[in-house]
Amino acid sequence: MSESPPILALKDVCKAFGAVRALQDVSLELWGGEIHALAGENGAGKSTLVKTLAGVHRPDEGQVLLDGRPVEFHGPGDAQQAGVAVIYQEPTLFPDLSVAENIFMGRQPRSKFGRIDRGALRAETAKLFERLGVALDPDRPARGLSIADQQIVEIAKAISRDARVLIMDEPTAALSGNEVARLFTVARTLQDQGCALLFISHRLEEIFDLCQRVTTLRDGRYISTELLDGLTADDLVQRMVGRELDTLYPKQETTIGAPVLKVSRLTREGVFTDVSFEVRSGEIVALAGLVGAGRSEVARAIFGIDRYDAGSVEVGTVELSGGSPTTAMSAGLALVPEDRRQQGLVMEGSIERNIGLTQLRSLRRGPVISRKVERDRAADWAIRLQLKYGRLSDVVGVLSGGNQQKVVLAKWLSTEPSVLIIDEPTRGIDVGTKSEVHRLLSELAGQGLAVLMISSDLPEVLGMADRVLVMHEGRLTAEIPRDEATEETVMAAATGQTRQEDVSGRASSGQRSAGSEATEVTKEDGALGAREPRSRQRAQGGRA
Amino acid sequence: MAAITADTGGRRFVDTVLRARELSILAALIVLVAVTTAVNSSFLSTQGVKDIFLNASILALLAVGQTMVVVTRNIDLSVGSVVGLVAFASGKFVAGHDRNVLLVLVVGMLIGAVCGLVNGVLVSFFKVPALVVTLGTLYVIQGLDYYWAHGQQINAADVPASLLDLGNGSVLGIPYLPLITVVVMVAVGYYLRAYPSGREFYAIGSNPDAARLAGIAIRKRILTAYVVSGVLAGLAGVLWLARFGTVVADAAHGWELKVVSAVVVGGVAIVGGLGSVYGAALGALLLTTIGSVLVVLKVNSFWQDAIAGALLLLAISVDRLLALRVTRALRKRNARHGA
Repeated sequence: MSESPPILALKDVCKAFGAVRALQDVSLELWGGEIHALAGENGAGKSTLVKTLAGVHRPDEGQVLLDGRPVEFHGPGDAQQAGVAVIYQEPTLFPDLSVAENIFMGRQPRSKFGRIDRGALRAETAKLFERLGVALDPDRPARGLSIADQQIVEIAKAISRDARVLIMDEPTAALSGNEVARLFTVARTLQDQGCALLFISHRLEEIFDLCQRVTTLRDGRYISTELLDGLTADDLVQRMVGRELDTLYPKQETTIGAPVLKVSRLTREGVFTDVSFEVRSGEIVALAGLVGAGRSEVARAIFGIDRYDAGSVEVGTVELSGGSPTTAMSAGLALVPEDRRQQGLVMEGSIERNIGLTQLRSLRRGPVISRKVERDRAADWAIRLQLKYGRLSDVVGVLSGGNQQKVVLAKWLSTEPSVLIIDEPTRGIDVGTKSEVHRLLSELAGQGLAVLMISSDLPEVLGMADRVLVMHEGRLTAEIPRDEATEETVMAAATGQTRQEDVSGRASSGQRSAGSEATEVTKEDGALGAREPRSRQRAQGGRA
Repeated sequence: MAAITADTGGRRFVDTVLRARELSILAALIVLVAVTTAVNSSFLSTQGVKDIFLNASILALLAVGQTMVVVTRNIDLSVGSVVGLVAFASGKFVAGHDRNVLLVLVVGMLIGAVCGLVNGVLVSFFKVPALVVTLGTLYVIQGLDYYWAHGQQINAADVPASLLDLGNGSVLGIPYLPLITVVVMVAVGYYLRAYPSGREFYAIGSNPDAARLAGIAIRKRILTAYVVSGVLAGLAGVLWLARFGTVVADAAHGWELKVVSAVVVGGVAIVGGLGSVYGAALGALLLTTIGSVLVVLKVNSFWQDAIAGALLLLAISVDRLLALRVTRALRKRNARHGA
């Protein structure tokens, strides 16, 4: 190790929130010129650690050391002054302000008399975006940006600080392969300049790709710090989980029955066009594609959250009128949304309340809701899904990501649906719980449920799906049966490189769009480049 | 490159929508004035116009202060009672003495500043919801005022001529009152737009959590907003005395809701983060003009409040609708051009 002390370090830090001990005696050293990984399951305390470094939380015990000397950050402002920049897991943007203002808030370039120099503000933002290789208008408001673009703005914000320490809490979750590559280039440049970096990701292959050392946390406790060289993905997983994992994708053989969900020629102007497919009972169909391809939007339209302009949706023999989630639910549809916190759960509500939410009518005893029935029902589901919780009256917000997902699942499964649409079932869920969710989905399909699974996680798609549908820019570009689905075939279709003859199955939109697709490829070469398959990086990761 | 032009298109749409708010208020004003003049030609007389501007000045001044507070996702309901207190207090202060006008203004603004400080400290440091705090101070200040006044009133005869001149005199044919309001409005508007600290008010209202993570001094800014609102209410109180001369304890009673209406009608989002002082001032002008129009058209003045309320509801509905439209327009651009 070098002579000089680490730029930023934590020493024996403890932090508790009420009864929950988020961090216990955790130490971490961030050296200049090194990219350090932080590994751990959800709820292991990674985000708390990040927020302690960022000055959001103050440690109950232990010290934060800056250049070897103890410091006390009284707020995020202090940490920023000390040269610490953070990319938070969840974008923290000002929707009403422009993208440029978002990036430079509090540090705007000034002209005479301390006014904001708008020209310089715009130019510097454009320069940052060029460095990151993205085409975003600096003047547009942050409202309405896709998650990926929000994350890009977060990254631009952090690197514009010229920080000595850059902390990245899951920056890549929503990014495309090309954007990830750009981010890594920037990170390595900073590393060469002597900055200290901390990187958090659920994708182990990214950790191996980018970082030199790794610190592992488990249940708020420090487990180890070691060089990544010579370590395998399995070693790392084992340190995170503390036990060996069973097979990652426990797909059961199922008997596939009659079509339950029929979607034909569904179109919502400007969002998706001419989408047709079927899902049969007992079948898991994956809807793959890049972020922004319109997959979630299709799901929302099917479920009646958004209206559609043309086409039809049938569940069983009932044709849905569209635009009404209530009808969709009574027809037997259930939707587990992508964003648990915003759309799936009442975060301040208790576990039992959340589970009972879809079933308020059947919970009634007379005109009022029976707390007892609600509790019994919730307890039943908690056992069936192996939910880990303290009490059923606990607030959902305190559960880990994986357990929150189980609550959402319980909530929807209690409606006894015939079709389950699940959007990104394991996003932000740790490795251990991930396979539990997969086992659960597989079991449900085994019991005859039709499952439509939207996922950006390619191994998950390949491991779980009986059939893979691929979307590209609002159109269905391929339908691939399980035994033909590989990373190459799926990614080719997702990036719009499919030719007509490659389209197997009956992807009706394939034929119509094939011609225009080809011209789009040349026209939007840049944009397509930005959508390079993530699979290539994934393939290098040991486990995937 | 297609993405860039599309983005620019999206921005232009958003810009247009935002600017359209101020323009549509102007348009409403013009239509209102035109129709009324057609019915009663004396409406657009010099005196008529002057009256409207004089009456709108105080409301607009309060709307400017309120804008700063509302933009940070807070509200100041105490302004009406501060105006009443300061009008009465400065009346007491000048009665029977020949006080310098500037001194009276300073005293009035100091009283306002103290009221604003109390609001600001309670909201920002003790984290009490603004609605509750300022509702409380509204009644407390009103109570103090009533107790002190004890049924007395200030008469114009007690107010020095120099002060009355401020309220009714003019320079180069332009009355002082609107002049003061315009100067304050432009100063505050320019500060909020052109200075980094000014932008922070919008940032706080737009996403308080993000503002905290960005290291913005939230408490300081919210405190500032309340103090500015208080100072402007103090200024308005002195101007009230200068304009009317005769002041009873419940001067400006109920004005807080008028001010909030003006601000919202003027396009300042009640949930913070959006809007300008110019819009708010225009909103004040529109509400005042409607009041005058009703008088000219001999409509019972009781209708005035109902119309102000209807306008408020309309403004909020339009805001909501536009917000949805804008978001959808921006999303659409995203969907079409990938991520």
